[in-house]
Amino acid sequence: MLNTQGRPTAAGEAAAITHATFTGNRALQQSEPLLFEIGRAETTGVDLPDVPAHTPRLGGLARKGAIGLVGLSEPETMRHYVRLSQRNYGIDTGLFPLGSCTMKHNPRLNEAMARLPGFADVHPLQPQSTVQGAVALMEMLSHWLMTLTGMPAVALSPKAGAHGELCGMMAIKAAIAARGEAATRTVVLVPDSAHGTNPATAALIGFSVRPVPAGPDGTVHVDEVKKRLGPDVAAIMLTNPNTCGLFEPDIVRIAAAMHEAGAYFYCDGANFNAIVGKTRPGDLGIDAMHINLHKTFSTPHGGGGPGAGPVVLSERLAAYAPVPFIRRDGDRLALVEDTAGSAAFGRMTAFHGQMGMYVRAMAYMLSHGADGMRQASEDAVLNANYIKAGLADLMSQPFGDRPCMHEALFDDEWLKGTGVTTLDFAKAMIDEGYHPMTMYFPLVVHGAMLIEPTESESRASLDLFIMTLRDLAMAAKSGKTERFTGAPYHAPVRRMDETRAARQPVLKWTAPAPAQAAE
Amino acid sequence: MRYLPLSDADRQDMLARVGVASVDALFADIPADKALKTLVDLPLAQPEMAVSRTLSALAGRNTSAASVPFFVGAGAYKHHVPATVDHLIQRSEFLTSYTPYQPEIAQGTLQYLFEFQTQVAALTGMDVANASMYDGSTGTAEAVLMAHRITRRRKAVLSGGLHPHYAEVVRTVSAMAGDDVVTLPPDVDAREDLAAAIGSDVSCIVVQTPDVFGNLRDLKGLSVQCKAAGVLLITVFTEAVSLGLVESPGAMGADIVVGEGQSIGNSLNFGGPYVGLFATRQQYVRQMPGRLCGETVDANGTRGYVLTLSTREQHIRREKATSNICTNSGLCALAFTIHMTLLGEAGLTRLAALNHAGAVALADALATVPGVSVLTKAFFNEFTLRLPKPAATVVEHLAERGILGGVPVSRLLPNGGFDHDLIVCSTEVNTDADRAAFVAALKEVL
Repeated sequence: MLNTQGRPTAAGEAAAITHATFTGNRALQQSEPLLFEIGRAETTGVDLPDVPAHTPRLGGLARKGAIGLVGLSEPETMRHYVRLSQRNYGIDTGLFPLGSCTMKHNPRLNEAMARLPGFADVHPLQPQSTVQGAVALMEMLSHWLMTLTGMPAVALSPKAGAHGELCGMMAIKAAIAARGEAATRTVVLVPDSAHGTNPATAALIGFSVRPVPAGPDGTVHVDEVKKRLGPDVAAIMLTNPNTCGLFEPDIVRIAAAMHEAGAYFYCDGANFNAIVGKTRPGDLGIDAMHINLHKTFSTPHGGGGPGAGPVVLSERLAAYAPVPFIRRDGDRLALVEDTAGSAAFGRMTAFHGQMGMYVRAMAYMLSHGADGMRQASEDAVLNANYIKAGLADLMSQPFGDRPCMHEALFDDEWLKGTGVTTLDFAKAMIDEGYHPMTMYFPLVVHGAMLIEPTESESRASLDLFIMTLRDLAMAAKSGKTERFTGAPYHAPVRRMDETRAARQPVLKWTAPAPAQAAE
Repeated sequence: MRYLPLSDADRQDMLARVGVASVDALFADIPADKALKTLVDLPLAQPEMAVSRTLSALAGRNTSAASVPFFVGAGAYKHHVPATVDHLIQRSEFLTSYTPYQPEIAQGTLQYLFEFQTQVAALTGMDVANASMYDGSTGTAEAVLMAHRITRRRKAVLSGGLHPHYAEVVRTVSAMAGDDVVTLPPDVDAREDLAAAIGSDVSCIVVQTPDVFGNLRDLKGLSVQCKAAGVLLITVFTEAVSLGLVESPGAMGADIVVGEGQSIGNSLNFGGPYVGLFATRQQYVRQMPGRLCGETVDANGTRGYVLTLSTREQHIRREKATSNICTNSGLCALAFTIHMTLLGEAGLTRLAALNHAGAVALADALATVPGVSVLTKAFFNEFTLRLPKPAATVVEHLAERGILGGVPVSRLLPNGGFDHDLIVCSTEVNTDADRAAFVAALKEVL
């Protein structure tokens, strides 16, 4: 590997720390109390005018007693949350190889565009004549998503991936009901390797789940699907590329089998980043697929959200898309908000969905263009294969040494007998300055380690990552387990006691009992 | 392309190391007849300046709330958000982090979630709150499903004061899940008899206060009757600021509280992203949807935070999970928490009083317009007017005069027979001059 940055990659001698600090701080790593331990009920960081005299009209429902909130002045607020932020790892901190999550660079142009007052400071219910530019952006996003997927319709409003799944499966359920088969088609096929959201979504709206095993090569075989098909099957929920990082080779045959059996094909689009501009889901026979704008189209994950999960729909399902949807009337764009007069199955959310995410995704798409998005997918896949090639001699692969899509999957076979688990290995990565990869997922792979570098990593970054994982792998194999089993040592906190958190849940701060007065 | 670090030379060298001749060899599993041979029919890459120009032009075609006298509410509210909030949520370590599944390097996210949960629990007067839902409407649908799990009944009753879009979200999910929903008729002046809807097959009653028409509702009596019948009381609010002034849902006996948190810390954003608040009583914690952050200790005994009780969640429990939710509204929850920290108890109560005072002043002023009556007697910062003309037309005419004057009830309830009713909201951003301009313009257009 080329270490163009000349960073040391061998472990140095541990420096002896002779004393702890008085404060508990470690230079830039500052410990920070809870807001409720430093805030005060009477303090506010917002200057507000005096309340003008008025006769309250609260109908006798004025609050009695204190709320229990505390405040901080502005400088204290700034410092409190800046210090908290410094206890977090983000994409901007370093490589974030979280498989199935597509932690790519979040361009700041997108943030600036989403904050334009014409997008950020408009109300969902102000007259449509005053928001034509906002609706035009939604129409533009729809056009781009439909073009990239080869699908004729899109429902923009779902709030995140799982919400998009729900939307797509509801469209399928509505289509089945329209055929008069609601009572009989009640089963959804879900591969064992699926994201947990897939079976959870199917169950939420009354479907029962019939598992489909993956073959020994990590993909779903059409014969296994056919064996489970019948007049009771409503749909399959299949991730493509799948959670093992592989493009499903049987996908077109699976789609045909589903359609022949009168069922639908839902595709989990979490891994769309591998194939943008390389193939179109519509051409593969997919009926519905959600697109995680916070994965493929770079809107920030924000520590867990918000996301956005627009769903592209086939001709078979398009009519059932929920409100609101856009209707063009000459130059004027209308958001249709009422289901009357259409086959729309209902409504997913109060308003129009995640406009702030639409703007960011649109900025990403316009920036990349057709050529840049295709290049991004190719680079994402190349980067994953490069990592795979750099580690294949040390770490075992569950499905043999074959090319992967945008994520490289390893199992823990190579750790057998070392006393080091996948979890230990991942926690040791933290000490080396990396976010761990996705672990123990997909469930079908023992001790899975799913590495997705994305296209945002430079060659130098990939090389250092590979070298680091090689050093760790060799350390694990050489029996130096303490580096792993106690890891992380250098993070702001050590390994957390999750069992205690679940056994005796403490889910909010409560004031400590007053100390006993000295006698 | 400025976001892609690899050079062509890098790519060639990397392909050689991978052991393939071309990148297309890595895509060999795509059936040959389905692989795109050419670029899709979309424009090519553009520099930052060009993208900015295109999107700014679109943004420029919209009337932003701050640019006009603005009185639109009904589920989303224009408030002043301190600059500190937006600065802090754009810190890289918050903005570009993932769900805090690796707690050792996510204590920042986890600690603010713990603070968020504590603030929401205090605000709602409930025992425990989760780490956020997508928004108030989806949270309401989740609350109904949760009530069904707890009561093992499958019928929900929705108040006629519940935001019609919230009701529609609940009905959509319920219809698909095979559950019953009874939606009471639109209740503009809060006269419905919810207690009459209680029955042995009813799982929950869903009531909004302040309701979509602005009415404040006293639910103490209803909660007692619900309790006696084994029915859960789900209360909903869309204006979180109201809780600075009005009795908390917990104090009125709610079992599950759902709220839209947008008005604290978050912009209008044309409908999203927002942040759903979700709180309940201790005994129902394990039936809650969504993520929960809990306190624990690390291997050294140092206090820290982790996501917990995740055996409720889809990534562990799959089809037996309490919800399918995964991604939530983390960053919007952070905005909520920071704004609430800046406000504090003192700031929130004053902010709420300012809102109420402004709304009272506006209601009194509008009531002087000939033919206009205020239908709402007890309210927080919004109320419903009855106009002598269709509200949808009036609103368009007001917009032509540069005033965004509220939400026609007919927009939320088409064909509901409420064509002359207008929901009007006043917040701390409205000045006396705004209110005077509204009154003058309304006189003109009526």
